[in-house]
Amino acid sequence: MFILIVGCGRVGSSVARAMLREGHTVSALDEDPESHARLEVGLEKSWEDLGGQFTVGAGLEAEALEAAGIDTADVFIASTDGDNTNIIISQIAKRRYGVPTVIARVLDPLRAEWYARQGLQTVCPTRVAIDMLETAVRDSAGRQDG
Amino acid sequence: MYIIVVGAGKVGWNLARELLEKDHEVTLIESDRRRYMTVEQELEHNVSYGDASELWVLERAGIQRADMVIAVTGDDEDNMLICQVAREKYLVDQIIARVNNPRNRQHFDLLGIKPSVSATDLILRLLEHEVPEYGLVHLLDLQEEQLEIIEMLLGKDSGVTGRRVGDLHMPEGSLLISVLRAGKGFVPTADTVLEEGDEVLAVLDPGKEDDLKALFGPEGDGGIASG
Repeated sequence: MFILIVGCGRVGSSVARAMLREGHTVSALDEDPESHARLEVGLEKSWEDLGGQFTVGAGLEAEALEAAGIDTADVFIASTDGDNTNIIISQIAKRRYGVPTVIARVLDPLRAEWYARQGLQTVCPTRVAIDMLETAVRDSAGRQDG
Repeated sequence: MYIIVVGAGKVGWNLARELLEKDHEVTLIESDRRRYMTVEQELEHNVSYGDASELWVLERAGIQRADMVIAVTGDDEDNMLICQVAREKYLVDQIIARVNNPRNRQHFDLLGIKPSVSATDLILRLLEHEVPEYGLVHLLDLQEEQLEIIEMLLGKDSGVTGRRVGDLHMPEGSLLISVLRAGKGFVPTADTVLEEGDEVLAVLDPGKEDDLKALFGPEGDGGIASG
């Protein structure tokens, strides 16, 4: 599968590396040229030598998305540090480029939930943290009661 | 009318002030604390502090009963998201979005965020008007109707001077609608011969400007097929 990841922070770069290791074709797009170094953390060879692609550009720029290969992408992951950017570029990937699988990282649970109801696949790390913390507190309360 | 304006920069602040003077009810939302404090000194309770892309901030501002939402922040993604949520989640009748980077206009259109306003585009239009050698002037853009009307001045090196209108191979989706010559306008017929100094008006599908420019410009061959 060809996976395009926009936003190469801690999350984006880790997902990119994992997918590359699993044998997928991975292209990463980020505004900051320095983020290329983050892709190579823990790698024995360079990102390119391992078959990865890296493009510098903003996720809202059609030219950058096209240079990163959006036209042939099977999966599009929006993981920049901006919720609104992720929501908007995911819709562009879906509607304009017809990417079959589009996933947006959205930190704000309210926005994540509403856009999910509109048919956008969202992943909300904040929601995950809330659920885990609630479960941890309940478990501990259960142990103390019992 | 109840109008929510998002972004208290120069545009948003002045807009809110004008709307208040016209007796509208206005809430201006600003996410930068210091900017909010400054604007609040003048507009008082008409300003609200918060990030308007957070749904609860919009709800606190009373978006459910808003007649209009105007997003004029300096960030195109924010403007798009706020307008999309306003219209699709809160069913606000009227939205207006500011486009900061004209290259993002296509995204606003894709997401159905209309009307959108770009200062750069407006100034470019003005420039086209003020600098005639630019060649082609946009007179009217009917975005919804997918048509525009443009004006072109025929220089002495234009490829179409001295040619019959009927002989021009106008690009598909374009039509010559009038000729202004010596201060007088008329509707050309197939037998009209174009002259240097003519201003021609054409109606066309968006995106055909370059074809027309090629036809009427200095390098133009009048669209006459050779051989």
